[in-house]
Amino acid sequence: MLATSNEFRANARVGLANPTLQSALGKMKVGFPTKRAEAVAKLPEFDALRDQARDIKNHVLENIDWYLERFERRVNEAGGHVHWARTPEEAREIVLGICRRLGARTVTKGKSMIAEEIGLNAHLEKHAIEPVETDLGEYIIQLRNEAPSHIIAPAVHLTKDAIEADFRRAHSHLDARRDLTEPQSLVAEARGILRKRYFEADVGITGANFLVAETGSSVIVTNEGNGDLTQLLPKAHVVLASLEKIVPTLEDASTILRVLARSATGQEMSVYTTFSTGPKRPSDLDGPGEYHVVLLDNGRSALLGTEFQEILRCIRCGACMNHCPVYGAVGGHAYGWVYPGPMGAVLTPSLIGVENAKPLPNASTFCGKCESVCPMRIPLPKMMRHYRAREWERRLGTRVSRLALGAWAWAARRPALYRFAAARAMSALGWLGRRHGSFFNLPLASGWTTTREFPAPQGRTFQDLWRERRRAGGGR
Amino acid sequence: MSAARDAILGGIRRSLGRGALDEARVSSLEARLAGHPRGQLPARAQGLDRAGLLDLLERQAKAVACSVARVRSAADVPAELARYLKSQNLPSRVEMSPDPTLDAVPWSAAPMLEIARGRPSGEEGVGVTSACAAVAETATLMIASGERSPATMNFLPDTHVVVLPASRVVGPLEDAWDRLRAASAAPMAAATMPRTVNLVTGPSRTGDIEQKIEMGAHGPRRLHLIVVEDDALA
Amino acid sequence: MSDTQTRARPRVGLFATCLVDLFRPSVGFAAAKLIEDSGCDVEVPEGQTCCGQPAFNSGDNADAAELARRAIVMLEGYDYVVVPSGSCGGMIREHYPELLAGDREWAPRARHVAARTWELTAFLHEVRGLRIEGVRHDGVVTYHDSCSGLRELGVKAQPRALLAGVAGATLKELPGAETCCGFGGTFCVKYPEVSDKMVSEKAADILATGAGTLLAGDMGCLMNMAGKLKRMAMEQGARPVAVRHVAEVLAGMEQDAPPIGESK
Repeated sequence: MLATSNEFRANARVGLANPTLQSALGKMKVGFPTKRAEAVAKLPEFDALRDQARDIKNHVLENIDWYLERFERRVNEAGGHVHWARTPEEAREIVLGICRRLGARTVTKGKSMIAEEIGLNAHLEKHAIEPVETDLGEYIIQLRNEAPSHIIAPAVHLTKDAIEADFRRAHSHLDARRDLTEPQSLVAEARGILRKRYFEADVGITGANFLVAETGSSVIVTNEGNGDLTQLLPKAHVVLASLEKIVPTLEDASTILRVLARSATGQEMSVYTTFSTGPKRPSDLDGPGEYHVVLLDNGRSALLGTEFQEILRCIRCGACMNHCPVYGAVGGHAYGWVYPGPMGAVLTPSLIGVENAKPLPNASTFCGKCESVCPMRIPLPKMMRHYRAREWERRLGTRVSRLALGAWAWAARRPALYRFAAARAMSALGWLGRRHGSFFNLPLASGWTTTREFPAPQGRTFQDLWRERRRAGGGR
Repeated sequence: MSAARDAILGGIRRSLGRGALDEARVSSLEARLAGHPRGQLPARAQGLDRAGLLDLLERQAKAVACSVARVRSAADVPAELARYLKSQNLPSRVEMSPDPTLDAVPWSAAPMLEIARGRPSGEEGVGVTSACAAVAETATLMIASGERSPATMNFLPDTHVVVLPASRVVGPLEDAWDRLRAASAAPMAAATMPRTVNLVTGPSRTGDIEQKIEMGAHGPRRLHLIVVEDDALA
Repeated sequence: MSDTQTRARPRVGLFATCLVDLFRPSVGFAAAKLIEDSGCDVEVPEGQTCCGQPAFNSGDNADAAELARRAIVMLEGYDYVVVPSGSCGGMIREHYPELLAGDREWAPRARHVAARTWELTAFLHEVRGLRIEGVRHDGVVTYHDSCSGLRELGVKAQPRALLAGVAGATLKELPGAETCCGFGGTFCVKYPEVSDKMVSEKAADILATGAGTLLAGDMGCLMNMAGKLKRMAMEQGARPVAVRHVAEVLAGMEQDAPPIGESK
């Protein structure tokens, strides 16, 4: 997927001017945080579980090579195959190879951010294989030829009316007079259409929320059940997973599951949590005949041992973006690649290079809300700040901001000069603003004054006044 | 082994500034896997007796839109199923997993039920299964696939009815894993883990349209749990 | 600690912050009065400039560290350092030790200053147990929790506890009080449209409370919200809202200065 992350500001303007998006975001900003807060309030152990979840992933990351090899061994024992992919290209070729060997014409897909990361759909289509997204949100955005705008709610940027219009356009074989005003009717229509596709598919592709080293299982967490029909009915189940999805045991997965759904949707458990181990056994009544796990690195192994290692704890719950005021203002597409919001602002430069995602670590007020809700206690603002430091070192920022900040720091290191200049500048600004109390237009701060008054200073600096009063009265 | 595999594992070790793990480290990791230690368990799911577990299960089930009926014995199951189907205006034809637990139910007691045992047909109807455990903590049903338990039965029918002996109700999820582990002769590993272990918590739903929850996205839109209280079925 | 115990009145170094120094000295005087009322001697260390947060948040760690070292030299002799800002207080308390962690000489000095540094309302309420008496503000006020103070320093209950002592004032809680106002330091300059969207929603929430006065503990956020509220009053006929630093109300010094962005 081609990244437009460097055009964040322009992308954001588009988002801010899109009334459908703004209406959808308005609902999201209330819905997700409220549900999470209610779920957290019902579990007194929540914060202790966050600590444990963090510790489990830290333990994994220190020993990840061993756990991956153990996972691979277990998958092999169960009759499955593990494929290692360094790059998106390698991952795409592995999947295509499996599909071709099985003569696949149609593949169904459960929601997978790795599939987005490697641009799988376009690659399959190029080779005359039809990918069918089965998660409702993914299905909707596939109809629209869009990227997901959220990692757990891909169509969160759309309103019901927009989706109705898409369904009428895409499902033109259905009665044009049918009633689609209620979301229930849209859900039922998608269910009916996709039900057929599950049976037609030759290969089913899912992502993975966890890979369990103990048992060689891949785990998916869904509410719809689409990931299960996707993997159970075709000839082969292909799992796309990045390296850091590994956890040691079923118990470790259980601990993290307790914080996952609560953080994501405010549920205590998602409806379907499915542990898949190998292909169908000879005596089983159903299940896929083949089981493949594609393990994608794509730059992750290089994050280990760096100040960005902690982002590899991320379990893709979406809480950071659900609570992010910037995401809530501009929506996910503004971030310009696969992963939006605060986790995207760290992961995107980590995976595609900070030079291709310069604005993302800057597009934060450092309000800290993301870190405060992250179930894995990932210090997202700190890592964004690390990227800003890299950007500063490599002089990737704009010249103007660099000069302005440099000048400010230069003056701040020289208190006498600072005091002299500040007294004069504030005196002048204070005098200019004395009537109105604020400025309607300031040449160097037009970004501010286009939409806001800029409050005028009182005229004297605190330090001058303080010194003067102390000298005069020795106290207040 | 592939070049990509070697490159990735080598890259990990380089990043972590070490080679492959030494023997002492490996044996401590092996011990951790073998011991599979539990994390903190929610207090709500601990120290409950049978009645407490059933109450918690029922409360949590209702919170996730799963209806619950308690019956005294296996003999009461057919009537309860018939009652449920009627109350939902559902046909009396059901598809049923060939699960041995369900073999012990005297289905002939409800002759109006038309029962097809085996794999689901794929039609939108009623599917009946059992479950190997029910986690009271979150009203989560653990259903493992096998030669008498098709996993698709949990997803293809429009209505899913689960017949559960009360003895299989546990507090936390970890207790359900222990039940599953105990059911296999060897230590838990890929070879003994059932192909599919479904944890089902309520009926299928989606919030993908304006975050409004709609039931029955792809899987069953109704989930009904029949708990059999005596231990004859266990 | 022994200093504090042996001397009746602890010595407090007031770090005014650059925004108070430059834009709103009245907040500095209000803070000084409150600290003195709580039984401390206040000094304003000479040579204050900037805590270094703009440089730090822009990735300019070298300049940030230099400013941090300057501030540490200036502040390390006091029993307490008090800052009328959660943002600058958070910089000193949370980020100076982080910034200088690798420096054998400066890391302990950074930790020493950090351990003594308090946001103003937290200091007054938690450390000094100050009760506000004899202060009046008639009307409904609402309160915005500035992000750094709230999430880095745990400032939430303290200003409310202090405000409870102000006669005549009713606190109407602001829905979304913990949501960022969109200031974010350089953020509001780099992404003005996004910042404006955030402050617009904040302003709408403030107006919906019906409060006549908006209070907060950070000048950056206050200037942002005051600027938006005033522009909305000018251009959309929105109800005017008086915007002040909470210290001005607590100190009973509202008459000393018009609200932020207003003229005398």
